Amino acid sequence: MQDVKRIVIKGRAVPVRGNDIDTDRIIPARFLKTVVFDGLGEHSFEDDRAQLKAAGKTHPLDDARFAGARVLLVNRNFGCGASREHAPQALIRWGQGLQAIVGESFAEIFFGNCVATGVPCAVVDAATAEALLSAVEKDPALEVQVDLRTKTVTAGSASYPFSIPDGPRTQFMEGRWDSTAELLAAKDKVRATAAKIPYFNSYGS
Amino acid sequence: MGKSLYEKVFDRHVVTRLPSGQYQLLTGLHLIHEVTSPQAFSMLEGRGLGVLMPERTFATVDHIIPTKSQLRPFSDSLAEEMMIALERNVKKHGIRYLSPDTGEQGIVHVIGPEQGLTQPGMTIACGDSHTSTHGAFGAIALGIGTSQVRDVLATQTLAMDKLKVRRIEVTGALRPGVYAKDVTLTIIGKLGVNGGVGYAYEYGGAVIDRMSMEERMTLCNMSIEGGARCGYVNPDETTFRYIEGRKFAPKGDAWGRAVADWTSLRSDADAAYDDVVTLRGEDIEPVVTWGITPGQSVGVTGSIPSSQQFPESERGIVEEAYEYMSLKAGQAIRGTKVDVAFIGSCTNGRLSDFEEVVRLIQGKGFKVKPHVRALVVPGSQAVRRAMIDKGYDKVFSDAGFEFREAGCSMCLAMNPDKLTGREVCASSSNRNFKGRQGSPTGRTLLMSPAMVAAAAIAGEVTDARDLFHIA
Ligand code: SF4
Repeated sequence: MQDVKRIVIKGRAVPVRGNDIDTDRIIPARFLKTVVFDGLGEHSFEDDRAQLKAAGKTHPLDDARFAGARVLLVNRNFGCGASREHAPQALIRWGQGLQAIVGESFAEIFFGNCVATGVPCAVVDAATAEALLSAVEKDPALEVQVDLRTKTVTAGSASYPFSIPDGPRTQFMEGRWDSTAELLAAKDKVRATAAKIPYFNSYGS
Repeated sequence: MGKSLYEKVFDRHVVTRLPSGQYQLLTGLHLIHEVTSPQAFSMLEGRGLGVLMPERTFATVDHIIPTKSQLRPFSDSLAEEMMIALERNVKKHGIRYLSPDTGEQGIVHVIGPEQGLTQPGMTIACGDSHTSTHGAFGAIALGIGTSQVRDVLATQTLAMDKLKVRRIEVTGALRPGVYAKDVTLTIIGKLGVNGGVGYAYEYGGAVIDRMSMEERMTLCNMSIEGGARCGYVNPDETTFRYIEGRKFAPKGDAWGRAVADWTSLRSDADAAYDDVVTLRGEDIEPVVTWGITPGQSVGVTGSIPSSQQFPESERGIVEEAYEYMSLKAGQAIRGTKVDVAFIGSCTNGRLSDFEEVVRLIQGKGFKVKPHVRALVVPGSQAVRRAMIDKGYDKVFSDAGFEFREAGCSMCLAMNPDKLTGREVCASSSNRNFKGRQGSPTGRTLLMSPAMVAAAAIAGEVTDARDLFHIA
């Protein structure tokens, strides 16, 4: 079982600016045509990257200065749109593997998919997001540390508080973010609950 | 204080409270398709687990299926591989598969209701965002991720937070030429694409009470675009009449008991809601999206709003939308040239959607503009058969629309139906994100099927009420 504790995630960070970045942009739908998640990583943000490249610009993910990043820095409502878990599954397979995301807010289903994939999403206020984004843009070598114990994100010498709901935070820290094992524990109760619901029993026919 | 349907149904399905604070929620119906299930089955097998209640799981194929010919093997080898994986998994685990051979295949959110699988008071899960569609029946219907698909397969349960409930009342009546699609786009435009985060939406009011089940499905389908986790309508006579007699509907004595149970689950008159929003049906216009989120829309007689009309925090994406769509603030949306027209999807690919368009175009000599590629894609094989029986296929092809096989088609273009280059598509689907319809630079304008048909005929965005003399 891949249950691994997620307590402190540290390493370089990669800044991807913009509000409302949807899962189609994180991993375009055409890469969903696969029966395994392997190999998805390299297609992270593929269309955004190609578009910038065509315009003679460089997407942060293609920017060598951010290579090997462990932390993804974003703005507001990251991961909106399609519920595909392929989005975090691609991100954890990008480069060395992105292991935590820090941003102003996250789409609900994306956040849940990240929990299921073992990626903590840390919520910071707009000023902190801006400070982190610009600090890393200025100094890509800066070490960023996401500490779930203290709920702080540190970039170089500056530290900022972040929030994350208690439930997922505990799950990450105790290595219990893999839900299946947890749910399997109540097998008998599942049958008992079903026995009380009329449609589970064909309405008594 | 009374309870809402959401609360009653949720409480009934709670197995236990998990240490994380979430609830373990029993799932009554699990729908799976070829895109989000294979990884879940692999994870399951990797742990030596089986499917706990295969009889409560139903499979179909929709996203990758070609709509020109469904003959095997598919020319796209990746699509073929996904089909083979699905076939292998359903066989191995004893799951009922509504395959193309059964004549029951279709978009998962079209066939669930069509087969009578979707019923009031159920919890329904599917690895697909638009599972919210099934809420039209008064079910809690949740789109889930692949790991959760694995959870439901292995345990028939999900780890879930309890949502807040917002009641959205649409009062009065809709004006002619205004459809369920316009209602949902108006709600999203008003409350924003994040307005529903943390909520289940309960739709009610005179407009909703009068809606057919298929209209309610269109409405609930796009709850997710408004940020809500699910949306529902309380079950009523319309609901019961729709379900009665369908393949998987309760039969005989069980029918009466089912209806009694469903009725008891309706929200109480004095139910407590976390929020209530009211809209006047008369104020709703035919809506067209102009941007890259379903919230960026205007009435068809309106013009593209200036970024100054948006709060500071949204101006970035508004500017981005102008650029991507090549549209300017102040420009009328009418007259925007379209290259492609698509009528279909789990939002608007049901019989009544096509019926309405047929009613508008039949016998009037309307023809699709030569420069427009227009696709009519039934949401299921059953819808397609009904259309052929009624001669709609002919009405559409005579008018210059291509009549296709059932599937998701150009809604997300995981099949051969795609936009190319910067084409603009008038689409009855639900998402206008960048690149959604298969071309990284393709542009999508969301609207009702009647408005798509009007755009196909005019070659540009136009007010269907004028073109078809709807009064
Ligand atoms: S029609 Fe579109 S939105 Fe609906 S299930 Fe298919 S791809 Fe998803």
